[in-house]
Amino acid sequence: MRWLILKDLQILRRSPLILGLLLVYSVVLALVVSQAVDRGPSKPRIAVVNEIPPDAATFDLGPEEIDVNEVAEELFRSIDPVRAKTREEGLEKVESGEALGLLVVPADIPQKLAGAIQLSGGDPPSVDFYYEDDNPLKSTQVQSAIKSRIADANRAISQKITAEAGKYLGFILRGGSFSVLGQSFDVLGLENAERIVRAVQATLPAGSDNRAALERVRSFADLAAQNLDLSEELLNSIGTPIRVNERKLSSSGNAFYSAAALAVSLMFVCVLLGAGLLALEREENAFGRLVRGLVTRTTIVVQKALLAGLLGAVAGAVILAVLTATGSAEASDLPTALLAVLVASLAFGALGVAIGGVTREVRAASLVAVLVLLPVAVLGLIPSGTVSGAADDTIAAINALFPFRPALRGIESGLTGGDLPARLAHLSALALGYGLLARIALRRFA
Amino acid sequence: MPTIGRVTSATLGAEGVSKRFGDREALREVSFSAGAGERLAIIGPNGAGKTTLLSILSGIQEPTAGRVTHPPEVIGWVPQQPAVYSKLSVAENIRLFARLENVPDVEATVARMLELTSLADRAGDEVGKLSGGNRQRVNIAVGLLGEPDVLLLDEPSTALDPRQRELLWDFISSLAHGGTTVFFSTHNVGEAERYADRVLVLADGELLFDGPPAALIGDQRDFEAAFVSFLHERGH
Repeated sequence: MRWLILKDLQILRRSPLILGLLLVYSVVLALVVSQAVDRGPSKPRIAVVNEIPPDAATFDLGPEEIDVNEVAEELFRSIDPVRAKTREEGLEKVESGEALGLLVVPADIPQKLAGAIQLSGGDPPSVDFYYEDDNPLKSTQVQSAIKSRIADANRAISQKITAEAGKYLGFILRGGSFSVLGQSFDVLGLENAERIVRAVQATLPAGSDNRAALERVRSFADLAAQNLDLSEELLNSIGTPIRVNERKLSSSGNAFYSAAALAVSLMFVCVLLGAGLLALEREENAFGRLVRGLVTRTTIVVQKALLAGLLGAVAGAVILAVLTATGSAEASDLPTALLAVLVASLAFGALGVAIGGVTREVRAASLVAVLVLLPVAVLGLIPSGTVSGAADDTIAAINALFPFRPALRGIESGLTGGDLPARLAHLSALALGYGLLARIALRRFA
Repeated sequence: MPTIGRVTSATLGAEGVSKRFGDREALREVSFSAGAGERLAIIGPNGAGKTTLLSILSGIQEPTAGRVTHPPEVIGWVPQQPAVYSKLSVAENIRLFARLENVPDVEATVARMLELTSLADRAGDEVGKLSGGNRQRVNIAVGLLGEPDVLLLDEPSTALDPRQRELLWDFISSLAHGGTTVFFSTHNVGEAERYADRVLVLADGELLFDGPPAALIGDQRDFEAAFVSFLHERGH
């Protein structure tokens, strides 16, 4: 067996290109994936609008003054805030993709928060959170992120409330004077009550009662019970002093899933077809015969990309018809969706032809295509803005260079009436680019 | 270098043709010319540059230096490995390339080529299921579709049995009699002696001999011995 191992090692040593590609591929893939995982949604990019007027941001909690803006800043510190002055401006940032969602701190939140803590009744304080529901992966991640951030803010407020509640409990335990809702209370306190009862017990003969002292003890018990009721209400408000009003900006139903299924299918069909069709010309030795004046190399590139794209588009049309029949897509959206499918298929076909031109053999072309397409599909499904730093930039660059993400967004736009022209322009540019790459590769193809 | 039997009406030739692949010089200043109806055999040891010369003459490759002279409008090319589609039938292959060649009457041409190559009874069979010899016949049929003035064949008889080889050379000879200039490379020097009017001997990219087979034999007992001796004398 060792001779076979030695032989294989010798062969691998004499295939530095394949070894190098495999090494670079695995390293780059590991780096990108680890970056994406390590730098998860710790700081999602979220538009924020603070509607609280600067002079109305404080309220009193016992002797302490609470500044809601400070609480809000604490909240913003945990996200990557994209500042907006108005809700409209914030919503535009979400629609443009600049931000994953919009968090609005309403102007009345200081009053509502004060009311909740001082037990004056009324609506509980809440913030408004807008997000697009077009991508379930993204909306799930964003919802999770913003709820986590709100929980952080609630925890900060709870600490202040808990401290205040501790003072009330101190009154109950040790007694003293305080005011609630404009009324002053003189509380005996459990410790004092205990002393009084003990003193009365000591002075009274057996069977005698001191009515006044006992009445005082009874009053304290009554008040203590009321305070305990108040404490229960207060403790309830400690858990979630601020609520979140979630507002979906759009709901595309199953459009994302339909687009993802279509994009993945088209990608594999068109790329493998394009790569295989071109590489087959060389494997059949026909390429040399063809380019001897029968057809030009450019014609071959265009023909292969067109054929792969059109066959993919036919497959895409069938899938769309099935999706429409099952109610996953609207019949009225079919023309734009079909246009997106067609252009996406051509871009995928051109990518396949480029891979076929570079690899020159059908089996190698298929292997390289799968090696390229799988990570591209995974990265293309990661919602933009949900990872931060260099990982986000790297993923964005990869998504821009390969047709999968533009195809996904294009088909989704076709199904929902989104910004289709921009996606089609992107896909067309990629088709031309990969066509050019394939044409260059054909210079050494025969 | 002997240059016997040159023809005056040149149809295709080379003038100082050189070809480099990196550091390796595949052809070195090769010059010759061929006349209408001539049969030229290109022989030489492995790696001599035979296929490179044919591919330059056919236009598949460009020479690094020098030029191809008097290239006719149509040159038929029959590569060593059959350059046809294995998943298409014999007739489909011929029809496809006839259309690409802009042949006026495609179906008549297909029928003629099937007749010429004796493959009419296999017209509907996939090429991938044919024997090596029959595949080569399809390959040659496709090379002849444009009714070329010059036909280039790279080791055409390699996969053929003796009977098929005989048929092939009869066919090629008939083409030459009709005025087609035929270049072929071969490792079978006996074929070069029997079926060529002239032989071009290449070794290490250099053209060592250009003349009729009889001129190479000299006082040797046979052509193969003369060929080996000739190469030996020149250090190959």
